[in-house]
Amino acid sequence: MQSKPEILLCGDTAISVEFGDKIDPGINALVRRLYALLKSGSHPGIVDLNPTYRSLFVQYDPWVCSFERVVGIIEQCLPYIGTPAEEASAVKDVPVCYGGEFGPDLEEVAALHGLGSDEVIGLHCAPLYQVYMIGFTPGFAYLGGLDERLHTPRKKVPRKRVAAGSVGIADRQTGIYPIDSPGGWRLIGRTPRKIFDLEREHPFFLEAGDFVRFKPIAGEEFEKHFGS
Amino acid sequence: MRSISVLEPGPLATVQDRGRFGFRALGVPLSGAMDLQALRVANLLVGNRDGQAGVEITMGGFRAQFRCDTGFALSGAARVAYLNGDPVPFWQAHQAKDGDVLSIEDVSFEDGYIRRRPSPWKVRGEFPRVGAGLRIYLALSGGIDLPPVMGSRSTYLPGGFGGLGGRRLLPGDTLPLGPPVGKALKKMAPAGLIPRYSFQPLLRAILGPQDDRVLDEGKSTFFSQAYDVTLRAGRMGIALAGPPLKLTGSADIISDGTCPGAVQVDGNLQPTILAADSQTAGGYVKIATVISTDLPLVAQLAPGDRVGFEEISLWQAREIYLRNEYFIRTLLE
Repeated sequence: MQSKPEILLCGDTAISVEFGDKIDPGINALVRRLYALLKSGSHPGIVDLNPTYRSLFVQYDPWVCSFERVVGIIEQCLPYIGTPAEEASAVKDVPVCYGGEFGPDLEEVAALHGLGSDEVIGLHCAPLYQVYMIGFTPGFAYLGGLDERLHTPRKKVPRKRVAAGSVGIADRQTGIYPIDSPGGWRLIGRTPRKIFDLEREHPFFLEAGDFVRFKPIAGEEFEKHFGS
Repeated sequence: MRSISVLEPGPLATVQDRGRFGFRALGVPLSGAMDLQALRVANLLVGNRDGQAGVEITMGGFRAQFRCDTGFALSGAARVAYLNGDPVPFWQAHQAKDGDVLSIEDVSFEDGYIRRRPSPWKVRGEFPRVGAGLRIYLALSGGIDLPPVMGSRSTYLPGGFGGLGGRRLLPGDTLPLGPPVGKALKKMAPAGLIPRYSFQPLLRAILGPQDDRVLDEGKSTFFSQAYDVTLRAGRMGIALAGPPLKLTGSADIISDGTCPGAVQVDGNLQPTILAADSQTAGGYVKIATVISTDLPLVAQLAPGDRVGFEEISLWQAREIYLRNEYFIRTLLE
């Protein structure tokens, strides 16, 4: 774990503050701590922040705040990110119907690892996952803690459309598609739960730091959820 | 109530403003006008504040009827437009009366390629080449006054929110307009503020954030070869096809933050330029990022166009950004 992060250029209006090159709870905690510090302070010119697995994406307006100034602000925060933030983390259950039309890549994932479909489902349901970041599309939760035996590369060419609720695997990560979108993850199942719903008072079901537990359900149960 | 009625939206028309800021941490994309420069300039021409909502019209074939007397301006891709049959030049403010009909010429899309028709009137000087580009912007005095979602009136179609009910405009839609803010300018936008749209633009880009994952050979390919715009070109991104960009290893990275302009390289070693509705995080190598000042050129790319990339430094990009921003901000003076 490196505490002195690397500053990566993302064009002329953004930088990525990278704390390491692996999925690691400690690195992720540093990212979320820096995010919390920058968010709570008033920094004109920093127009958006996006905490991810191992880096904080900082978007700025060069008219108001120069690159050097943004880096300076971040450096001022660094001495304080070691102290862990007090977080109340919720555990949220997500029912998933595995395989079939809901998980078209389940068989392929099983075959790639020399496992049975049932074993894949068992391994996927076992861990308590932590939401390392939200990104990609509104409410898309990237979950860390996937069993090593299920690590699978993305599809070479992303699908043009993945249905909302689809549960997928990409490398060491698993996640849920909140809305219909293109996507390159291997799809192993689908949840009837609405991950993103603007009609609700809190549109976002998951937040960074939450814990998630997957529960396998049968196809009929999926239809029932959808009917309600 | 001040308003405008959509008679024909064309292939795709949406309400857009500067985009949605402050929600990337929850995965909400920026959205907003693809060609922000065009929307901003059109807004300033009609006396609006920078960032008020207008209509983004894709390709053309758009018709609308004014339901009030109001100022308006068209910008973006050069097309032929009429107000009750009289030509409407782009990049300057006009006045419409209640009942007037605005129509923008139709362009046909055959085999994935736009068939472009020449302009019926002569354009002079620095006016961009007629035909290049894909997106047209309509700014109206007072801006389109729909309820903002997460601080923005921009339509995000994949998420089904923002703009008019989170959807594309349909015939019969009525767009309410806000009260006019300022006076329309009595001049054409200066040439320096009009992006130089082209069928073969050279896009300036800064290396990073994952250029260390690209072989030197891949980098020199990227900055020397031409890439074709494929049919997979839209508000989320512009997929390109050309010589493969050789990487040091796999194209997969641990997903990190992305922004419009980022050029990601997929498993087939082909580049895609992310655009306004692109995901807030992604797991493919990003070789470089197109500078913000050149995003209008990206916004106007159509299938069949070709692009090249030129490497510049952050310092050069900043100078370009500041010069353009200063120019926009002094337009009113």
